Amino acid sequence: MSKQFEFSVNGLPVSVSLDNEETPLLNVLRNELGLMGTRFGCGLEQCGCCMVLIDGVAEKCCTKPIWSILGKQVTTVEGLGSADRPHPLQFAFLEEQAGQCGYCLAGILVSAKALLDKNPSPTRAEIAQALDGNICRCGSHNRIIRAVEKAAAAIRAGAGQ
Amino acid sequence: MSTALPGPLEANPDLDRWVDFPAPGKVTILTGRVELGQGVLTAMAQIAADELDVGMERITIRSGDTEKAPNEGYTAGSQSIQFGGVAMRQACADVRALFLEQAANVLHCPANELSIADGRILRNGSSTGQDYWTLAGAVDLRVKATGTGARKRASDLRTIGSNSARLDLPAKIFGNAVFIHDMRIDGMMHARVVRQPNRGATIGSIDEKAIRRAAKGPVEFVRNGNFLAIIGPDETAVEAAGVAAVNHVAWQNVETPTQAQQEAGWLLQRPVVERVFGAPEAANPQGRQRYEATYTRGYLAHASISPSCGLALYRDGKLTVWTHCQGVYPLRTALAKTLKLDPGSIIVHHVQGSGCYGHNGADDAAADAAIIAMQQPGKPVRVRWRRDEEFIYEPKTPAMVVKVRVLLDEAGKPVDWTQEIWSPTHNLRPGAGGNLLGALALPDPPPEPPPNDVSESNGGGATRNGEPLYDIPAKRILHHLVTEAPVRTSALRGLGAMPNIFAMECCIDDLAARAGQDPVQYRLSITADARARAVIEKVAAMAKWHDAPPAGTGRGRGIAFARYKNRAAYCAVVVELSVEEEIRLHHVWCAADGGLIVNPDGVMNQLEGGIIQSASWVLKEQVRFDNGVASFDWETYPVLKFSEVPEIDIELLNTRDDVPLGVGEVTAGPTAAAIGNAVSHALGTRIRDLPLTRERIMAGLLKD
Repeated sequence: MSKQFEFSVNGLPVSVSLDNEETPLLNVLRNELGLMGTRFGCGLEQCGCCMVLIDGVAEKCCTKPIWSILGKQVTTVEGLGSADRPHPLQFAFLEEQAGQCGYCLAGILVSAKALLDKNPSPTRAEIAQALDGNICRCGSHNRIIRAVEKAAAAIRAGAGQ
Repeated sequence: MSTALPGPLEANPDLDRWVDFPAPGKVTILTGRVELGQGVLTAMAQIAADELDVGMERITIRSGDTEKAPNEGYTAGSQSIQFGGVAMRQACADVRALFLEQAANVLHCPANELSIADGRILRNGSSTGQDYWTLAGAVDLRVKATGTGARKRASDLRTIGSNSARLDLPAKIFGNAVFIHDMRIDGMMHARVVRQPNRGATIGSIDEKAIRRAAKGPVEFVRNGNFLAIIGPDETAVEAAGVAAVNHVAWQNVETPTQAQQEAGWLLQRPVVERVFGAPEAANPQGRQRYEATYTRGYLAHASISPSCGLALYRDGKLTVWTHCQGVYPLRTALAKTLKLDPGSIIVHHVQGSGCYGHNGADDAAADAAIIAMQQPGKPVRVRWRRDEEFIYEPKTPAMVVKVRVLLDEAGKPVDWTQEIWSPTHNLRPGAGGNLLGALALPDPPPEPPPNDVSESNGGGATRNGEPLYDIPAKRILHHLVTEAPVRTSALRGLGAMPNIFAMECCIDDLAARAGQDPVQYRLSITADARARAVIEKVAAMAKWHDAPPAGTGRGRGIAFARYKNRAAYCAVVVELSVEEEIRLHHVWCAADGGLIVNPDGVMNQLEGGIIQSASWVLKEQVRFDNGVASFDWETYPVLKFSEVPEIDIELLNTRDDVPLGVGEVTAGPTAAAIGNAVSHALGTRIRDLPLTRERIMAGLLKD
């Protein structure tokens, strides 16, 4: 029997009808809501490709059952900004050309957003530590750290949200 | 008149295979090279923009597509710009020349009065009202390239050499659907394969009930011989069924790699094909000093961040396949053989995946989808491997043993160099006779491919960079191509270059120490190649080499050098690190000479990526075997983390040279060896087995 699951994604209320209440939030975002920015990397909560904000906290969602999300606010990379209105992080990632294949970037942007929300002036070491839950296999780490530093400075100076 | 064409253009001489003017103001370029995260499509657009004199924003790229794009084999081996880019450049120059010729006819003027600005034809700098698109109807590009179109002079290059922003990055940063994993086709079925554990394993029993129970949704079984898949409309149900099937399908004739097979040393007693290159073996003359040391490296995984994915649709006798593999044409040939189809009835499209760094599971996942699609006509099928499936079943890069034997002159310089290599093949790509994984489970599986490795004319596999570039009177490679391996082995970034350069450049440091010389000076004393000397001197200056700390203090510096394949880019690396129980990288300096650079920032990104990936291989990575592949996730196969990455400084030399040299894989070998040398400097003892784990460091310290 299918059940309704209500929560919010990127500020908008959604209601999804599913038979299996164990369906991971990742599959709901990608297969039911068509939000492809949040990616499958391992299905084991190890690599961070599926990082989203749940009530403002960065969490991996590849094994998070949909029943645990009821009434919560989910933010995905699509909710950070868009090409027309990029989040300072997205702007800085483009400026630094911070990425190679880019598969890990959405999760990294979300982790970085959670960091900057808590700590607007992180050191290099703090940024690196905050991103240790995300794997980048191409080796774009230093560009990514530079971009987060740059975004933090821009936000402190009053850019964006 | 025609001149020698660049290889890929010679192989695909029709100009309409490279350039098209589909609509007013629009240019399409076609390339056999595919985007793997290395930025190659942006570089191709930069090349075309300069040689066609059009703005980058007018250019659309069609890439990796058996319907139209040129057949350039594989996107591999740091060859995309050095060969594919040079071919694109000449194709565009030929096209531009044809249009100028037509414009001269129309305008009744000599062609040398004409130029092109953003696609518009100018005469002596003034508008003529003509452009590519007004002339396109009269210029037939279904003609052969001649190689006579004049390429731009270095001083006229505008986009080549500029840091054009990557064309593919914005969509990835804004979270758009860009990867093959994001493709959804109406009526699509999700699928997971129940993997045959090894060639010859047969299905004993299938507990369908238990699998369906675990699925909690509708799933169906698709079987052909010992190829078993689970399909259904809901990915969650299909994934759950796929996971459950690992425990609910019983296999017979199962063979698993053992712990004993894990280390490179196991290769020494296996059957081999002997291959010898270079000068005849020297007798050891009396009085010559002799150096000998053995280096090893274990099996590595590509460990792509996304598990492999493939889509296929079989309809009306035509098979369409979407894949993130490195070579759509070779895959098409392999699919035709596996599925007993005419290649002409198969279309293969490249769609981006995550970085692959070589032959990972991409081809196999595409074949899985195709095998299933053939049994489900009219239904689009999407296969996505699991994380453990990727680690266990993707081809590994082989373990290697490299023994270096050197004879020295009175001054301690090498006069005779033998690099003796034991390695399974680095090339089981489908285009090299390797089998698609799913094919082994089908009835009538294909035979084992004959022993083979990448040809030396193509840079070699295990022998890659097995010959030092240094000035040594006699050099040779003894290659024992091991014909038996516990797992499938194939290409990973640089193939044998990393273990060979690690062995060679660690050896050079040992020889320098024996001669009582500084490692930088020693290298300079045995190389006359000006470009090699330049990168070594440059990196030494960047790192302030002569301020290095004394040896044996726990903090160390190391240098290493290589020219990739001895014919692509030159690179020297200095690493500074400290060693306590584990190795901590502090700083890496790199000087590289890749000749003409299309996109300097893109090249920097590749060099940085290669440094970090190599550091990860050297410090952390080895595929473990224990009654099966025991590295199956990110905890059992850890890679370098953000907090473990060193700071990196890179400088590029000679970037306005005439000719580009492949750079994508050049840093891996020198980085590995520079780490090895820095660890030796820090500890005062050398560790010759990779990875440089805590156990090996402790053992190395106790040994002394």
